[in-house]
Amino acid sequence: MPSSPRSPVNWLPRLVVAPSFIVSLLFIYGLMAWNGYLSLSASRILPNYEFIGLQQYLTLLESDRFRVAMTNMGIFGVLFVGGAMAIGILLAILLDQKVRGEGVLRTIYLYPMAVSMIVTGTAWKWILNPGLGLEHLMHQWGFERFQFDWLIQQDMAIYCVVIAGVWQSAGFVMALFLAGLRGIDDSIIKAAQVDGAGLPRIYWRIILPSLRPVFFSTLMVVAHLAIKSFDLVMALTAGGPGYATDLPATFMYATAFTRGQIGLGAASATVMLATVAAIVVPYLYSELRSKR
Amino acid sequence: MTLIQRAALTAIATTTLAVKAGEVEVLHWWTSGGEAKAAAALKATLQAKGHTWKDFAVAGGGGDNAMTVLKSRVVSGNAPAAAQIKGPSLQEWAAEGVLANIDDVAKAEKWDSLLPPAVANVMKYKGNYIAAPVNVHRVNWLWVSNDAFKKAGAKVPTNWDEFFVAAEALKKAGIIPVAHGGQNWQDFTVFESVALGVGGADFYKKALVQLDPATLNGATMTKVLDTFKKVKTYTDKNAPGRDWNLATAMVIKGEAGMQMMGDWAKGEFVAAGKTPGKDFSCVAAPGTAKAFTFNVDSFAMFRLKNEANINAQKDLAAAIMSTDFQEVFNLNKGSIPVRLNMNLAKFDDCAKLSSKDFVETAKSGSLVPSIAHQMAVPSATTGAIQDAVSQFWNDDKMSTKDAQAKIAAAARTK
Repeated sequence: MPSSPRSPVNWLPRLVVAPSFIVSLLFIYGLMAWNGYLSLSASRILPNYEFIGLQQYLTLLESDRFRVAMTNMGIFGVLFVGGAMAIGILLAILLDQKVRGEGVLRTIYLYPMAVSMIVTGTAWKWILNPGLGLEHLMHQWGFERFQFDWLIQQDMAIYCVVIAGVWQSAGFVMALFLAGLRGIDDSIIKAAQVDGAGLPRIYWRIILPSLRPVFFSTLMVVAHLAIKSFDLVMALTAGGPGYATDLPATFMYATAFTRGQIGLGAASATVMLATVAAIVVPYLYSELRSKR
Repeated sequence: MTLIQRAALTAIATTTLAVKAGEVEVLHWWTSGGEAKAAAALKATLQAKGHTWKDFAVAGGGGDNAMTVLKSRVVSGNAPAAAQIKGPSLQEWAAEGVLANIDDVAKAEKWDSLLPPAVANVMKYKGNYIAAPVNVHRVNWLWVSNDAFKKAGAKVPTNWDEFFVAAEALKKAGIIPVAHGGQNWQDFTVFESVALGVGGADFYKKALVQLDPATLNGATMTKVLDTFKKVKTYTDKNAPGRDWNLATAMVIKGEAGMQMMGDWAKGEFVAAGKTPGKDFSCVAAPGTAKAFTFNVDSFAMFRLKNEANINAQKDLAAAIMSTDFQEVFNLNKGSIPVRLNMNLAKFDDCAKLSSKDFVETAKSGSLVPSIAHQMAVPSATTGAIQDAVSQFWNDDKMSTKDAQAKIAAAARTK
């Protein structure tokens, strides 16, 4: 029986979805638009609506600190996403070899995800501190020449943030890929083995390509972790030494909330949004289109 | 009497009562031991006058969290009676038109004669009082470990040449000469003491309060920056990211010789059971004995609508400046009273020295606002200069000339 336009089957789903749609429209897109407007205003410690055009963006372009923050975002984004994915996939493949004690190993690798970024940041702050952590330990063990003081070097400190971030997220990537790997039919692998393909070749040419959807969703999750990284930097370096490990998010926080420059903070938030959109939108577009 | 009449009478009675006793809501971040005791003292004073105290403590982030909450409250038209705001931020808030004029309290209590003009000016917007000052922290202190100095045979420095002689001696004795925490505000704190010591109070005022471009680009500034960078060579390499109290702990234990930090560091020494004069010494940072960088905490008074609450707010302002509260609060906080001519019998030697210098420098005009603690210039400018200074401290490849240009450029931030 075809349902009439009045039947609940037609309007009920829309009604159920409507509240969350309105809420997200208002509190996500509405606030984005408000932020966009603030970035064109002369707002100081409180929002005001005196329109000053693109002045805040010009200030932002001239700011050394913001340039450092954007560069760091690039370095951190690429290395963090790349590192977490590479290590995660490798761990998943190794665990997939039906090793003994897999359950224990899986838990160990996944555990970093269970602690918050603040804990990760603080723990690595101690580990990487030359007078307290790894370097100190190596010296005590007799390796007097051992040196690992990236955390206190201006041009290397950002890589410490990458290390801590990858440590936290690689296990999560592993779990997702492991689930994907388990979903692959054994007979495909057997068929390939009969055809004489080696294990690396099977993974590279057959299994990983069939994990494309897993790859896509993992990348989305890890990429957004990279962009919203704020707590990790705050706990690990607090943006230091100087402002060498500032990220756009910490820059935005400092200007908008501690320095009474809400307009400038809003402008940096808009730039962040635009950067993210420039990467994510084409990717989403190509992924969603190819599924059709 | 009918029921309605009775109800009306009760209503009148309640309103008349309410006009006398109001409610004060106070936003602060005094949540740790001594500070919480101080806040409780203020609460008791107001309750004695019949007002209700509504505590609005937001801990964390050195006040950043509290400011975020305050902004949302003010934007939604629901400001507290008073909030802990200091320095030129007071002017920024007043410019938004949300602060109340408390001139009548100030006049009745004679604040103009009780506060040094340099401090009073910070509390005023366009000539009217908008805030009540609570305490004075002196920032240009040098904390010295007497044990370490004895071991190294060094003399407590009074100028920068002696400072480096002492530092060299400490280094030879295997002691870290300067305890430092490499966080940008601590770098900046050291910088301002160096600027004051090398350049003097007039230079400090011109360069870091008036932000005069010629002074910032001048030869004295170059010398300040060179000295500042030289101090770094006497810090240990684990300094980056260290909290200030951990650096103080190094001086307490005698692992390090000295630290440049405001007088809140004294609390750490006292808590560790050390006595000023015997175990440690508090002296003015090198070359700054005749000057004083002040960091004054204050309560901004917000514009309120309810008559009773306004009365309570005025009582609060008066209570903050009262001798009782100034004494109790500052004994707990480690600072000194902002009110002049008070009996300091209960205070320790460091506080007495601080207070003596406070009075003397107020007269001689070398009482200057601390730039590292947001007392001198608006927060955006302070932040930009702090970035430049901290970058210079941390980047060993940056030349003094580049740093000077960067600082001068940062000073133009509005």
